[in-house]
Amino acid sequence: MKAAALLLMLLTTQPLLADSNLPPAYWANRQLPNTQQEAQAQELMEQLRCLVCQGQSIADSDAELAGDMRDLVRRRIAAGEKPATIRDWLIQRYGTWISYRPTGEPAAWPLWLAPLALLLAGAWLIRRRIAMKARH
Amino acid sequence: MSRGLRLIPILLLVFIVVSLAWRLIKPADTAVPSQLVERPLPQFTLAAAVPGKPGVASADFGRGEPRLLNIFASWCVPCIGEAPILGELRGKGVKIEAMAVRDTPEATAAFLAANGDPYERIGLDPQSDVQISLGSSGVPETFVIDGHGVIRRQYIGPLTAANVPGIVDELRSLR
Repeated sequence: MKAAALLLMLLTTQPLLADSNLPPAYWANRQLPNTQQEAQAQELMEQLRCLVCQGQSIADSDAELAGDMRDLVRRRIAAGEKPATIRDWLIQRYGTWISYRPTGEPAAWPLWLAPLALLLAGAWLIRRRIAMKARH
Repeated sequence: MSRGLRLIPILLLVFIVVSLAWRLIKPADTAVPSQLVERPLPQFTLAAAVPGKPGVASADFGRGEPRLLNIFASWCVPCIGEAPILGELRGKGVKIEAMAVRDTPEATAAFLAANGDPYERIGLDPQSDVQISLGSSGVPETFVIDGHGVIRRQYIGPLTAANVPGIVDELRSLR
């Protein structure tokens, strides 16, 4: 009896999820009929960061807010807005944090310079090797 | 290879281990602040969330009197904890406007019946549209909006008793 009660309690527990009771927004999990627009939306959604599951894109995230943002992106693209405009609109609100695409601001310079620095370091190493071999 | 160069991998390893340990001990702040603080409130109009109480619009702000804009939801557990604090603020003469995110009129009314209703107006934001346009990233959040309709501060997460004197003072100074 006790075990049955315990089992019943375990089965009926609700996780403390911060999720509403409303269904997902219309365009959250639905593709746009125009394939070109859908491709544009998909590309943008993969570059926008989810505010809830930080580290996922809104295209990957199951969070409700990510669904609402996908809906917003698809609605605006269907209305003829350019992906760059939508990205800028979101950056105005959430900062460059919201976009995975690196910007040109000084904080990102090391990122852009890293490949160049690594290439130079590699070239220097090879040159030393060749010089050492030549000496033998 | 010289001795100095040989040390480089070890120094790199130490650097990586120390950075990882630092982030483990002191986790990064995951709150995403709105970039609209110190900017005018964006335009919006939201239909009434519950019968008998008007919806909320950006035009309700910036009429000389500073106000709070509270973003809540009936399904949000921390919002229940915040409710008495909002009630206390209202008792001290603070005007609170609100929007219920991803909610239904029935659920909002039930939430208000259970936890009290400190709000002047409540708008319904069924697809988080206005929430996103404010740069808000969750519930509950509270924006302080001055008499000119400019966002002056954003509180992310539930307000606590410790926030009450600061909010009352700030709204008085913004008058």
